[in-house]
Amino acid sequence: MKLLDFLRGERKKTASVAKERLQIIVAHQRSQRDQPDYMPMLERELLEVIRRYVKVEQDAINISLDRDDDCSVLELNVTLPRT
Amino acid sequence: MAKIIVVTSGKGGVGKTTSAAAIATGLALRGKKTVVIDFDVGLRNLDLIMGCERRVVYDLVNVIQGEAGLNQALIRDKRVDNLHILPASQTRDKDALTSDGVEKILDTLTKDFDYIICDSPAGIERGAQLAMYFADAAVVVTNPEVSSVRDSDRILGLLASKTRRAERNQDAVKEHLLITRYNPSRVDDGDMLNLDDIQEILAIDLLGLIPESEAVLRASNQGIPVTHDAKSDAGQAYTDTVSRLLGEDVPLRFHEFQKKGLLSRMFGGGRR
Repeated sequence: MKLLDFLRGERKKTASVAKERLQIIVAHQRSQRDQPDYMPMLERELLEVIRRYVKVEQDAINISLDRDDDCSVLELNVTLPRT
Repeated sequence: MAKIIVVTSGKGGVGKTTSAAAIATGLALRGKKTVVIDFDVGLRNLDLIMGCERRVVYDLVNVIQGEAGLNQALIRDKRVDNLHILPASQTRDKDALTSDGVEKILDTLTKDFDYIICDSPAGIERGAQLAMYFADAAVVVTNPEVSSVRDSDRILGLLASKTRRAERNQDAVKEHLLITRYNPSRVDDGDMLNLDDIQEILAIDLLGLIPESEAVLRASNQGIPVTHDAKSDAGQAYTDTVSRLLGEDVPLRFHEFQKKGLLSRMFGGGRR
């Protein structure tokens, strides 16, 4: 079996696939870790409002909240389609 | 003052109760006065793993609701001095577990014990949050498998925000990684996450590594925590884990694949 794999050109080990997938999902989870509970809702509603005027995809909107010592900045990035 | 350690994971079936029982037993064998508490209200199992299921009279919820004293509910372990078990309730609803009630019990226990081990239920609901809330340290039990690693990361997030230490801005809960059901042969084949990968993803200190072992099922069948099986790989791995918990520097074992020699292949390996 191993020899066959070798001759066919090694298939990708499943463990390294698992690692890559985990690194992405864990990074995503961590970025959401410290955000306030209302963020997902806020994100959804903002998207709805924008979509009322422009046709954008779900992933064309990016919201992040950066906190400094004395203030927070809510950053909203929308990639608008070319008209 | 006892040190309160929660054994938690998020995902079910990864070996929380096995680990809580094995670590508590190991600590008691090292002469530490230890109590292990089952927080899984409704689905108690620690009593079975510890082999004291027929001696349960009162439980955690009875104590919280004032129907029994703490000393009536505590079960003394048959095998090791210094070890007590506080079982979870089997029948009642989960709301019976209150934060104030748990705090009172822990405050009392902390005077008489060196270590309080809290066996968390799976999930991130109330029971799991209560089990971790008062902890000084956490043992995050993780299998080398994607859903377990992801859930462990979620639990790490909760440990950093939803605990008494976090809310009071005290030193953070000390997080320890315990990898269980590790199969060096499958890691060698490239079909199982290796321990460096898991550590890299979760970014916490490795407390121990328990190999996938037939000894674990043998232990739970009999209700004897696997730490007592000193000849087994898993038993020794838990003993090492306990030593590290006590601050000792113990080299890692059972993480490398031993290719079987011709002789052991012909005659079968020793008992694992």
